[in-house]
Amino acid sequence: MNSPPPLLRFDAVTCRFGAVTAVGASGGGVTCDIAAGSFVALVGASGSGKSTLLKTVNTLVHPSEGRVLFGGEDVTQLKPARLRRRVGYVFQGIGLFPHFSVGENIAIGPRLAGEKLPPERIAELLELVELDPAFAARMPDELSGGQRQRVGVARALAGGPELLIMDEPFGALDPVTRDALGRKVRELHETLGLTTVMVTHDMAEALLLADRVLVMDKGALVADESPRALLAGEGGPVAQRLASVPREQAERLAAMETPAEGGA
Amino acid sequence: MGDIWDLLPGLGDKLAAHVVLSASAIGLAMLIALPMAVWADRSRIVSRLALSLASLVQTIPALALLALFFPLLLSLRSVFGEGLPTLGFLPALMALTLYALLPILRNAVTAQANLDPGVLEAADGVGMTKWQKLTLVEAPLAAPFIMAGIRTASVWTIGAATLATTIGQPSLGDPIFAGLQTQNWALVLAGCLVSAGLALAADNLLWVIEVGLARRKRGMTYGGMAIVLLGIVGALWAQRPANEERPVIIAAKSFSEQYILAQLIGSRLEAAGYRVEYRDGLGSAVVHSAVASSSIDISVDYTGTIWSNYLKRADNPGREAMYETIRAWEAEANGVKVLGRLGFENAYAFAMREDRARALGVTSLEDLVAVGPRLTVGGDPEFFERPEWIAVRDAYGLSFGRTRNFAPTFMYNALASGEADVISAYTSDGRIAADRLVVLADPKGALPSYDALLLLSPRIAGDAGVLAALQPLIGAISVEAMREANFAVDREDAGKLTPKQAAAELARKVGLSPE
Repeated sequence: MNSPPPLLRFDAVTCRFGAVTAVGASGGGVTCDIAAGSFVALVGASGSGKSTLLKTVNTLVHPSEGRVLFGGEDVTQLKPARLRRRVGYVFQGIGLFPHFSVGENIAIGPRLAGEKLPPERIAELLELVELDPAFAARMPDELSGGQRQRVGVARALAGGPELLIMDEPFGALDPVTRDALGRKVRELHETLGLTTVMVTHDMAEALLLADRVLVMDKGALVADESPRALLAGEGGPVAQRLASVPREQAERLAAMETPAEGGA
Repeated sequence: MGDIWDLLPGLGDKLAAHVVLSASAIGLAMLIALPMAVWADRSRIVSRLALSLASLVQTIPALALLALFFPLLLSLRSVFGEGLPTLGFLPALMALTLYALLPILRNAVTAQANLDPGVLEAADGVGMTKWQKLTLVEAPLAAPFIMAGIRTASVWTIGAATLATTIGQPSLGDPIFAGLQTQNWALVLAGCLVSAGLALAADNLLWVIEVGLARRKRGMTYGGMAIVLLGIVGALWAQRPANEERPVIIAAKSFSEQYILAQLIGSRLEAAGYRVEYRDGLGSAVVHSAVASSSIDISVDYTGTIWSNYLKRADNPGREAMYETIRAWEAEANGVKVLGRLGFENAYAFAMREDRARALGVTSLEDLVAVGPRLTVGGDPEFFERPEWIAVRDAYGLSFGRTRNFAPTFMYNALASGEADVISAYTSDGRIAADRLVVLADPKGALPSYDALLLLSPRIAGDAGVLAALQPLIGAISVEAMREANFAVDREDAGKLTPKQAAAELARKVGLSPE
């Protein structure tokens, strides 16, 4: 089969901070290709190195060894401002600029590139994340947590990125908001034709949203499976320990819904 | 105290000078502290070092810090040439700037350290360069906290700027120091009121800017800034140099006699058509160097002071020899012209209350040797460091139970209230007679003479008009006349005169009424 070249390639990536090796601890670094158009979840316990690996993509972290290739180019060789326009970034802290209005927050990426985002485009982006265009004039502290993260997503999409990277994007949200926003992001992924990499410690979220799940443990990539394969028991012990939690929860919930069978 | 209100309008010049000095110091401190805070945010060592240095400066009393810049600038003249000013605006600006650094620096560093890390990550995440991150995110978010630091610095600086008087920079300290020395409390209060009012006004205006920044109310921010700017521009306008020749500058050290003589000299020069300016309340050491460098043109100094402080002599060759030596030395070493002796001495002498002296049986310094350890001696702030004191102490073998420092005018009050048993009085002081004090005899001649001299700076030493106007003062003022004038200024009853009035009265008494 003649597959297209991957949009993103981790090539033997190792990240060390002093004596601690956060990524690539098992030796040889992390190597992995991500195809254009895929929705990849990067799952692992706290400290497994998943956020660090993600941040090498937009050069918030520089690999100690190895390279990250984006569209075939080493990301550290690209101008940060240009790279970060092509790579939308959403993270748990959201980080809306409190002294900018919602509209100004959304328009910041293009503004840094010397381009003024027209109000219609800001309204369109707000509608994409299901917010009233009138929100553009509000200040971030007037919004709820869910609304703020929607603005965060809109800001990440403002530059028309090819790649969306998300670091625990819904971690601080309540379950209802979290579910709704997760679905919305998946929908945007489809309609905008994005490539998405999402870091999460929640295997259920990964299984429901992604079409490929990477599992990290102690700085090493230990599994690379489809959600279906993981649910079927593939991927090894670490992946299975993570996958067993939502599977068992689902089974227990299902059992509660059909109590009559046992009693009949 | 109703006359305070009459004094206020006359302080306009001092207020303008005070505003310009304080604003310049704050502005310069901001120019230094803010970039330093940015640097400190990127380097822990710089942060520690900068904050420690700024804190260290704060531990130096403001008065000492101001005074220290005089010798520093004097020594820098070898590098920058004789044109470098050693008194007045430049040293005051430097000292106050150093003083204002700490609050601005500390608040700016703290504000940066406390910025939301999520916001900083977002700034990187959207692709900001370091400069964009600083100007678009860090600076605006830290601005209200930095403003709070600038507010603190402003209030401190406006307060400390009153001390600039002591190094010859006009400020609201002029009326305060002049009033303290002549016990003119209305003048002290007027100076304090205006400087406190200025500090309060600055504090409130800057608070408006701070709130405007914090709540992102542009109207408040820019409105506040506009008023501050208007105040500074107004002060600068009031301070604009008149397009005239430099006036003759007359110094007065911080005691009544000096204020009176400065006024006497000034009135004669004005009568002769000169424009004059006064620098009041200067420290003794500052005055002499200032005259030598022509920063100041005229001062009254005393032979004993110059003998020990500048010629570094401890011997006592007698009154005439001392005068001639000093006259020659001033001309040769400093280019300063000693026009002559005014006619009276203001020597150090030890004085006691009459009843106390009688009870202890003390009439001379020799008698003090036995009872000294039971007594408290009071002196002016420099007295116990002076060679005169050391000479007397060693000549008689004196020792006292306790030594205390008082401002010259308060020494007599201390004597009256019993807080001191013996004081280092001055022979021309009117209160010796008024308080009926006993001046102790000096049989060993340990105390040198203190003839009052008229010194002219190199700049005006050859000015025939000045010489003609001042020549009649030489030998004209008896110690009795000087005592009377001093007492008129120092007394606290209805007969109290201002130094200007006392100078006019003195001129009349000695037959020198302005022609």
